[in-house]
Amino acid sequence: MSENNFESWQGFTAGKWQNEVNVRDFIVKNYTPYEGDDSFLAEATPRTKKMWDTVLGLMKKETANGGLLDADTSIISGITSHKAGYIDKANEVIVGLQTDAPLKRALMPYGGFRMVKDSCDAYNVPLDPQVTEVFTKYRKTHNDGVFDAYTPEIRACRKSGIITGLPDAYGRGRIIGDYRRVALYGIDKLLEDKNEQKNLTDHAQMLETVIREREEISEQIKALYEIKEMAASYGYDISKPATSAKEAVQWTYFGYLAAIKDQNGAAMSIGRVSTFLDIYFERDLRAGKLTEVEAQEIMDDFVIKLRMVRFLRTPEYNSLFSGDPVWVTEAIGGMAMDGRTLVTKNSFRILHTLYNLGAAPEPNLTVFWSTHLPKKFKEFCAKVSIDTSSIQYENDDLMREYYGDDYGIACCVSPMRIGKQMQLFGARCNLVKALLYAINGGKDEKSFAQVGPKFAPITSEYLEYGELMEKFDMMMEWLAQTYVNALNIIHYMHDKYSYEKSLMALHDREVVRTLGCGIAGFSVVVDSLSAVKYAKVKTIRNEQGIVVDYQVEGEYPQFGNNDDKVDEIGREIVKQFMDKIRMFPTYRNAIPTQSVLTITSNVVYGKKTGSTPDGRKAGVPFAPGANPLHGRDKHGALASLCSVAKVPFQHAQDGISNTFSIIPSSLGKTREAQVTNLVSLMDGYATHEGQHLNVNVFNRDTLIDAMEHPENYPQLTIRVSGYAVNFIKLTREQQEDVLERTLHSSI
Amino acid sequence: MNLDITARVHSQESAGAVDGPGLRYVIFLQGCPLRCKFCHNPDTWNIKGGEELSVRDLVNNVMKYKAFMQFSGGGVTVTGGEPLLQKKFIYELFSELKYKGVHTAIDTSGYTKIDDDLDKVLSVTDLVLLDLKHLNPKAHADLTGVGNDLVFEFLKLLHQKKIRTWIRYVVLAGINDSAVYAENFAKFIKEFDNVELVELLPYHEMGTDKWSQLGLKYQLSKENIPSREKLKEIADILAKYGIETHGA
Repeated sequence: MSENNFESWQGFTAGKWQNEVNVRDFIVKNYTPYEGDDSFLAEATPRTKKMWDTVLGLMKKETANGGLLDADTSIISGITSHKAGYIDKANEVIVGLQTDAPLKRALMPYGGFRMVKDSCDAYNVPLDPQVTEVFTKYRKTHNDGVFDAYTPEIRACRKSGIITGLPDAYGRGRIIGDYRRVALYGIDKLLEDKNEQKNLTDHAQMLETVIREREEISEQIKALYEIKEMAASYGYDISKPATSAKEAVQWTYFGYLAAIKDQNGAAMSIGRVSTFLDIYFERDLRAGKLTEVEAQEIMDDFVIKLRMVRFLRTPEYNSLFSGDPVWVTEAIGGMAMDGRTLVTKNSFRILHTLYNLGAAPEPNLTVFWSTHLPKKFKEFCAKVSIDTSSIQYENDDLMREYYGDDYGIACCVSPMRIGKQMQLFGARCNLVKALLYAINGGKDEKSFAQVGPKFAPITSEYLEYGELMEKFDMMMEWLAQTYVNALNIIHYMHDKYSYEKSLMALHDREVVRTLGCGIAGFSVVVDSLSAVKYAKVKTIRNEQGIVVDYQVEGEYPQFGNNDDKVDEIGREIVKQFMDKIRMFPTYRNAIPTQSVLTITSNVVYGKKTGSTPDGRKAGVPFAPGANPLHGRDKHGALASLCSVAKVPFQHAQDGISNTFSIIPSSLGKTREAQVTNLVSLMDGYATHEGQHLNVNVFNRDTLIDAMEHPENYPQLTIRVSGYAVNFIKLTREQQEDVLERTLHSSI
Repeated sequence: MNLDITARVHSQESAGAVDGPGLRYVIFLQGCPLRCKFCHNPDTWNIKGGEELSVRDLVNNVMKYKAFMQFSGGGVTVTGGEPLLQKKFIYELFSELKYKGVHTAIDTSGYTKIDDDLDKVLSVTDLVLLDLKHLNPKAHADLTGVGNDLVFEFLKLLHQKKIRTWIRYVVLAGINDSAVYAENFAKFIKEFDNVELVELLPYHEMGTDKWSQLGLKYQLSKENIPSREKLKEIADILAKYGIETHGA
């Protein structure tokens, strides 16, 4: 194969990547680490500015139109379902849209028809009756399958909200295709590889796993042909590897585009493409075939496309995960196993799009932080954070040990090896409710229905720590079992009715699967237990004897102040719940993991949860992710960061989200001091083994003004638990939650 | 070293980025002999308030943030209140911190008696942030309730001992923001080569709530908030004398 690809691979250092699909080997043998500063970067070209203005105009129209510009209501989306779509054909550098028109949302009913129908109803776009007929009479969806198998107990848990956000009505997402393979190898080589994989079992005994694999690989092969066909409709032949930087970006994007035409997954990360692409940019720059301005222009246009990814969702979905997120997460930087940095010039270029095009929530730019990153790059990142609040950081020093140096982030915080690992997404359960169920013998504190098992409730006036922990332990075990059961059903059905053929075509044959469980309300649980342990908590009951409120007498240590007395409880709870999950068998033997992540659902979760023993009143939002509860971190941001950093990654390998917001003047008196202090803060957090940090640098007044005059802030971006949003796209309630949230006026 | 000696502590901030270089653990000590009209922490005035904590307690807290301090070139800043009311304690605290390799700074009004205890404190102090409230003795007394002779003596001592010093200049419109005052200020400061920079702190009203909570009558008003232009003007005057400023 190396002979066939002689031209495309000219100038590259040879290696085993030439004889097998091995993108990582290609990267480490060919990339050029960059330790310099940002002075080489080029501004947006007039073409880019014009293109972005056009898109921004469409986005404004979309917002004015209630959040939806247009939707296709008759063509079922697939890789080749639509003819080529353009924004401004003559001036696009990188081409390809999900449908035949920009921001027109595609019809993707395989995950669940109801989501499609409800969305169309909500936005008043009439669905083609034929589609309705097909998906009610003839074609079963993932959603139908799941509800065929759900148990009464799972339904009750879903209804009460102790388990929510489950991907049982739409695509599960959280799978990252290795889109780089399309550029490096071309489709034909990938087809050859997949055919070989299928042939391996030609003479095997046809048992269920083998049959399933053969069917899946066949699907993948079909997808690869379709990707080629789709690219051809845009005038590109991608059967062979990319021969230039522009082609490499285009080929990679075609791989991704196929994924987002095929699947409306809850999160559709792009992976870790920038350093890979840098190899092509460097080759062309060295050969004099490309200028820096052109290189930046290609990246800018690529990012414009990534900012335009859309899925059709219901307004209810938006109240849970606001701002229309798709989580086009790109991992930037990090370190290679051999000790060199993976930062390249293209790491700078992709971050620089935030200046050339202005701040934006997508793509979800994620810097893999290491204390060993080049100083200039660290400073550049800090500067970008201060200016745009659009990037998040994840601790490469912590994760590299587990995932090597070619992993990415699915969604917000979930690490996985690219092309080798996928997640069975499991949203999260409301651990606070589990604690309340432990107190009330499985009865829901809001509806008073018997949702959990009828264990003996606590009857004493004051809560006693030992008794509470014992009951909580039993309740967690029941919850974990119910939760894993629900996820097993969901993923069985997803594979059956909405298999991600185009994404899996860009994976190895043997894929490591994790079962991504999660918890919400972490800090409320921890503080509640601390209150019971260190203060006195009196129960207040209704006529039926159900505890509906609590009175805290005395002070107790609260999570977020770097106090081991309470932080230790947090560490134990995370391990304890993880161990419960570990007890139960999983679909396809997925390795169980959990996240401490809420996205913006902390508001809705809080609303659905009664008063808690920490003194939080019914309906009050939880803190996002692993954050301390609003206003309880009283010793400044470093204390708060250190508390969160104690949450053990070992028992929460699907990620521990922390959102940090600060006003610029509190970071330092000069711009220089602000940059150095933010860099040091990141280095310190990494050293303390914190996994994830959203960094927001803004003034409260700006946000208040944006609430009053949204029209003046079309691109105001802020980080919320694991992703970024356009501030003006949040609901009023969520905007208030952001304002309420600890905005550190000192570090 | 005596790790058991205690002080009255108002509060602790796991780090500040505006009280000396880098990321700093800031310890607010209780008690102050001054009654500055613009004070934003009047709740630190009472020497009997706060919580009694030992050097050991505080050092344990500080050391949790060593990584952040090292990366940023930060350390510990003791402020208040007037921290130099508790010199024996600061000496023990700073000695232990120096032993552990932590940078030490004091944020003070400079209103303190010059004695052996002060010498000892300064022997373990890396940086002094000196709040120079007013050059004129009468104006100083009017603003703070005390004269400024001790403050000048203190500054001379810092100079003599070659201790790195940052001067903090709280800019109050109508009180110390005239060009003439700034000129005099610059002429005075430039004689002290241990002064590395002057921080201009525009007066703000964030402390007023605390005053009313304590049942105190606040005497300054919004009128005393200096304009951005004014700050720039002062910075320019100081620059003329070769003095670096932050905050304009």
